[in-house]
Amino acid sequence: MSNISASAATPSFTPRLVEAVRQYGTLGIFLVLVIVASFWSDAFLTERNLMNVVRQVASGAGIMAVGMLFVVLTRGIDLSVGSIAAVGSVLCAYLVAVQGYSVPVTILLVILAGSACGMVTGFFVAYMRLPSFVISLAMMAIARGISLIISAGRPITMGSPGASLVDFGSGFFLGIPQPAILMLIIFAIGGVVLTYTSFGRLVTAIGSNEEAVRLSGVPVERYVLSVYVISGALAAIAGIVAASRTGIGTPQVGVGAELDVIAAVVIGGASLMGGRGGMFNTLLGALILGIITNIMNLAGVPGYHQNVYLGLIIILAMLIQFVTARSRR
Amino acid sequence: MTDLVSLTGIRKNFLGVHALKGVDFNLKAGEVHALVGENGAGKSTLMRVLAGEIAPTSGTITLDGEVTQLSGPRDATSRGISVIHQELALAPDLTVAENIFLGRLPGVVNHAALRKAASAILNRLGFDIDPGAEAGTLTVAHQQVVEIAKALSNNARVIVFDEPTAVLANSDAERLLAIIRELRAAGAGVVYISHRLNEVFDLSDRITIMKDGSHVETVETAATDVDTVIARMVGRQMSALFPPKEGRAPGDVVVDVRNINRGRKVRNVSFTVRAGEVVGLGGLVGSGRTEVARLIFGADRMDSGAIELHGKPLRLSSPRDAVRARIGLVPESRKEQGVILEAPIRVNTTLAKIRSVTRMGFLNVGKERRIANALGADMRLKASSVEAPVSSLSGGNQQKVALAKWFHADCELLILDEPTRGVDVGAKSEIYNLINDLAKAGKAVLVISSEHQELFGICDRILVMAEGAIVGELDEDAFTEHELLTLAMTQSARDRDEASQ
Repeated sequence: MSNISASAATPSFTPRLVEAVRQYGTLGIFLVLVIVASFWSDAFLTERNLMNVVRQVASGAGIMAVGMLFVVLTRGIDLSVGSIAAVGSVLCAYLVAVQGYSVPVTILLVILAGSACGMVTGFFVAYMRLPSFVISLAMMAIARGISLIISAGRPITMGSPGASLVDFGSGFFLGIPQPAILMLIIFAIGGVVLTYTSFGRLVTAIGSNEEAVRLSGVPVERYVLSVYVISGALAAIAGIVAASRTGIGTPQVGVGAELDVIAAVVIGGASLMGGRGGMFNTLLGALILGIITNIMNLAGVPGYHQNVYLGLIIILAMLIQFVTARSRR
Repeated sequence: MTDLVSLTGIRKNFLGVHALKGVDFNLKAGEVHALVGENGAGKSTLMRVLAGEIAPTSGTITLDGEVTQLSGPRDATSRGISVIHQELALAPDLTVAENIFLGRLPGVVNHAALRKAASAILNRLGFDIDPGAEAGTLTVAHQQVVEIAKALSNNARVIVFDEPTAVLANSDAERLLAIIRELRAAGAGVVYISHRLNEVFDLSDRITIMKDGSHVETVETAATDVDTVIARMVGRQMSALFPPKEGRAPGDVVVDVRNINRGRKVRNVSFTVRAGEVVGLGGLVGSGRTEVARLIFGADRMDSGAIELHGKPLRLSSPRDAVRARIGLVPESRKEQGVILEAPIRVNTTLAKIRSVTRMGFLNVGKERRIANALGADMRLKASSVEAPVSSLSGGNQQKVALAKWFHADCELLILDEPTRGVDVGAKSEIYNLINDLAKAGKAVLVISSEHQELFGICDRILVMAEGAIVGELDEDAFTEHELLTLAMTQSARDRDEASQ
């Protein structure tokens, strides 16, 4: 009797385990990482250090990861986010310090510029059916070039006209760095859009089976275009945040950031084959990445070595995904 | 004289499906042996066994009087067996010469010598094809010639042609048939699979008829005629799966299709479907039925022609336009095009009309669940809940989900492409009932099916297609497989082209 029930339970147990790993795996890794780190280094679990981590994540991969998740859900990829962040950073400083625009107008214009970059990528991907990898790679070069042209290759100091931005970048609200709060708000909005709106529903569906969605009468191209616009806009916002932290807009912002952003999304369990991924897990993915970098800094791992470990961690995350995806079949 | 090839008692099971049920087949040197039967009769499967592409479950393969086991396609090729598939298998970026000698290329290729050898074979076939051209740049007819050249360069003595003329224009087809006659004269054995019975009678020495994976009979071509062969191919009866057609009252014309064209696949197709009417689109696989459906649904653009819906011209630039005009399509490949497998049933049911469950862009999941539950109950969907992913359902229930989407979108015209493919008998019957209900509710329904009995069971009339054109229309009193197949297999557009010239 017990034999029979045991053998009957086995086939349903494995998928459930896989499902659990898929759903809570990222959270598990996050918690384990926090616990290990706090035992390992006294410096880790201090308020100052933790706030530093979230601020770094906010002005690094965090905000961009929200846009990247939408892109990845459609089965695309956006390699241009780091470069668009650089455009955002220098354009922000340029408009405030050189052109004398007010801060709100500047923010609006910078977001529009980022959206425009995303729209170009999105147009070629959605309407010309060109591979997002190549088009966003081209946009990566173009946007980086634009940021160098605007700044003439030199950092632009915002100075007193940008004081309110600097206040935002270095300030705290209820003891939490304001950029981190902005990031959490963006993640929250992203999560709501993804889970509770038809836009999020259709973006996910397109990634699962684009042809079936098209044959259901959905204007697939528009949705694909929009995710690149969102990604570009959020990258520009990330650029503004980066500028606000230091008060300087520099074309060096976001070099290699696309790697961190994609890593955050993948560690968060999203599938690069589209159709699967969650906003909360992506936030955890970005935080995990930030914590690992922080631990390596605390441990004094040299910057060059950090890149190697980062790459290995991405491979590990992909491996976990691969194994769970395969055992679900 | 011993046979070149003798297949005896060949059985092949795919996952419990009996694709071949003990088939005998033999081929003599210097003959053209035609293999005919409906789609799914097992012709191609039998030839894949001969080509070493699949191993039979049981049965023996005898080559030149010697019992043989083929280890794979390479083994078959080295024994002089070549198959020229319907879908050409050339490497498009390689040259003609490289393609001809592919698989036997030396480590270092002497291109000049290779081209010379290729030229020799091509000239023998009577075609002036540049051996240095990339294969992908050739016309389909010339690609086929390259395939034949490849077979000849292998010293093939057994050559299988799987529907070679299906894609060819008239003059090219004639030349191909001439080549086949030459191959026969040179002592090769040719297996010729074709749906064009006129050609089969023109060319072959013997005909083997297959049906449902079984060998029906082998006859001398001279001793039979087209009618007799068709009569032997048909005869599969389906039980009382079909709902009574009473209660349908065909009303006004819903869709009026006028002279639509697209490439060689759809030629001057015109027809109407009325409200409350189920119209069938019959014919063989590849006759252009799916292409017609895709044109009416806006999934492809037509070259010329017009479509009217309720008397108003319809401008279709995408499926979106069609869905807005309340046209639905249940596509032929369910898993690739019909449903999102990993998404829950609930999500799939509202996909074509997501606005019905949103307010200012926000989803009302509760309402969506009620809709999905109601539809599921109506359609007798068997699932643990509407939250279950479609991938967890049986084929028949997956198809019901694909249908549910259009029930919810409340279509005026629903096009169903092979609605019961891969569906078990019980679910088939339920799907027929649903189609009947649609017609009774005054919807226009267009059904594409390769199962003729299915069309007979549910349609009010059937349009028969062959080679992209509608070649005839059957009313209910003419619903016999014999009539349908006679139209589909003898009234080819090519014959009519000739007549008009």
